[in-house]
Amino acid sequence: MPSDQPLSLFIPCLIDQVYPEMGFSMVRVLHRLGCEVRYRDEQTCCGQPAFNAGHQREAKTVARHFIAVFQDDEELVCPSGSCTAMVRNFYPGLLGDAGRKQAGAVFEFSEYLARADLIGKIKGSFPAKIAFHNSCHSYRELGIAEVPMQIIAQIDGVELCQPAGEPVCCGFGGVFSVKFSAIAGAMADTRLQMFLDAGAEVVVSNDPGCIMHLRQECTDRGLSMRILHLAEFLDEAMADHAGGRQV
Amino acid sequence: MKTKSEFLRKAAVKAGDKIHRAKILKAITTYTGKVEGMKSAQYHDWQQARSLAAQTKNYVLRHLPDLLEQFERNITANGAQVLWAEDAAEAREHIRRIFRERKVRKVVKSKSMTTEEIEVNELLGGEGIEVLESDLGELIVQLAGEKPYHIVTPAMHKSRQDIAALFHEKLGVPASSSAEELTMAARDHLRSAYVTADAGITGANFLLAEGAIVMTENEGNGRLTMSCPPVHVVIAGIEKILPAMENLALFLPLLTTSGTGQQITCYNSVVRGPRAAGEQDGPQEMIVILLDNGRSAMYGEPEFQHALRCIRCGACLNACPVYRTVGGHAYGTTYQGPIGSVITPHMRGMAEFSHLSSASSLCGACTQVCPVQIDLHHLLLKNRAKATEEKRGVDLWQVGFAGWARVMTSRKRLEGVRRLAVAGEASLRVILPHALRKRLPLPAKKSFARLWQEGAGR
Repeated sequence: MPSDQPLSLFIPCLIDQVYPEMGFSMVRVLHRLGCEVRYRDEQTCCGQPAFNAGHQREAKTVARHFIAVFQDDEELVCPSGSCTAMVRNFYPGLLGDAGRKQAGAVFEFSEYLARADLIGKIKGSFPAKIAFHNSCHSYRELGIAEVPMQIIAQIDGVELCQPAGEPVCCGFGGVFSVKFSAIAGAMADTRLQMFLDAGAEVVVSNDPGCIMHLRQECTDRGLSMRILHLAEFLDEAMADHAGGRQV
Repeated sequence: MKTKSEFLRKAAVKAGDKIHRAKILKAITTYTGKVEGMKSAQYHDWQQARSLAAQTKNYVLRHLPDLLEQFERNITANGAQVLWAEDAAEAREHIRRIFRERKVRKVVKSKSMTTEEIEVNELLGGEGIEVLESDLGELIVQLAGEKPYHIVTPAMHKSRQDIAALFHEKLGVPASSSAEELTMAARDHLRSAYVTADAGITGANFLLAEGAIVMTENEGNGRLTMSCPPVHVVIAGIEKILPAMENLALFLPLLTTSGTGQQITCYNSVVRGPRAAGEQDGPQEMIVILLDNGRSAMYGEPEFQHALRCIRCGACLNACPVYRTVGGHAYGTTYQGPIGSVITPHMRGMAEFSHLSSASSLCGACTQVCPVQIDLHHLLLKNRAKATEEKRGVDLWQVGFAGWARVMTSRKRLEGVRRLAVAGEASLRVILPHALRKRLPLPAKKSFARLWQEGAGR
């Protein structure tokens, strides 16, 4: 369980380079819930882009850098199911013992909130029709299913408009969406339509890749639907809520 | 490279075809409802059934050479003949010789993906032999001059209206025919062929080492194909073996639950051999061709061997968001969808087919539904790594990732590159290919690391 050490922030490259605000939203939410965090600025990327494209050697090089950066930290929190899955599920195969040690230390953001028993302390308000897009790696690699929904349900004013059935891929898939952009775009269109049909106004997700891809599709279709990271959603919901700051 | 550019072209066309997408989504939604309903109606514990099936198949793979020899010995004792085919060419040669020796002019076929794999229809056409597909779905694609769209439901992409128009043109039925009338038209078209055909060709869903072939179907056409004509030729992959009849109690419902959402198919035939002395029915000759065609190469690779557990239920195709988007014809392979993208590069060449392993978002929906627990999406990943290892010559992605790894091992280098990218962003976008330009996000003015150094977040 949470140790005396500050929680170490594992900021995915996409958030570092494109969406820093998602990272700072997570930091603010964690602060409001009473967590002390630290950030190691030598961190860059977990190596997943190369690994998923089949370039193991380069993935290994970057993964070793990751381990060198984080080796002294007991717990890492990451606002991406996909990057968490890379470290937890694939580092052991890629790097053996060093990979196994690192694998046990990384937690996806919602997973961490549950693990540290912080969900009950979340208080806020966000009056809107909300659907949750669970990233495939969060759902199928990490087995995260109910927790993000429980977190969203903590917020006042939320009306859940969840499409029925299993989570469906948005079509991002990293390099896949570049190499096969026509397929990836059509998949985003299909996924977005499910949220529209369910009546959602805001889609909350736990992976910056999915969010980028779905936002792009919204732009292409001229939709005003908001796609938010779970951390951004909570940050906004908790911002002016006294209950959120008292912790 | 031709297979890749063909795939990209066809996939892009289908990805933009919303009518196609709606048709497939409708068919698959109906399917998913039935399958999920049957899983809970028929199983106390679906996960345990999957696990048991995977273990049984693992046993089969560990003892594969032995079980195949048992099969050969036992079914030969029942009067059937067994031929081995190392590749498609050898299988075709067997068939050509068998039919020439027996002066076969007309063949009726039941649905079989192995016959698609070795292109039996093309072979027989070249021999001047008339071939009639007896499975309704196969008949539809044969009449349309197409390849099967799906390994289980070959005409999934055709609506009733599409089929009525096709039958109107080819069989002369009214264009307004109902589903029942269309089925009756197909029945009329086929019935006489069973008794006039010189040979019947079928596949097999399972081979029992104790000496039998097993076929599941819903129309009864398969049973007529294997029992009416004087010669019955079976073409089956070597991985189809199960030890004994008792294994069917698990595997038949597992296959149909995953494949079509049925408790069990309408017809299930276990055939131990040709007509025996004193029997009145069945073919005079039964010849089983055991097809390797790349399977033992996969068998020899420990990381990939377990893909041979596949029972060809098609569940992974239906679950796959890429398959749902591009459809079955874009792949240009006998086996479409996730399982096809896993095995085709091994069976037909990594260089020519590895792009299929990359054409996946690795969402894992396939792995989740596979009834024999094949780790499909992770095998796609392993294929990608293998393709990279085997690649010869200059590859831009390889060069790109080498540079990327250099940048991503130092914050200083990363910040340096991002400064260049931010400064040259406008001109960068002009030279990038369209797809990349559209999908590549704008870098933020400052990185998280930089903002943190400046005091944000504290």
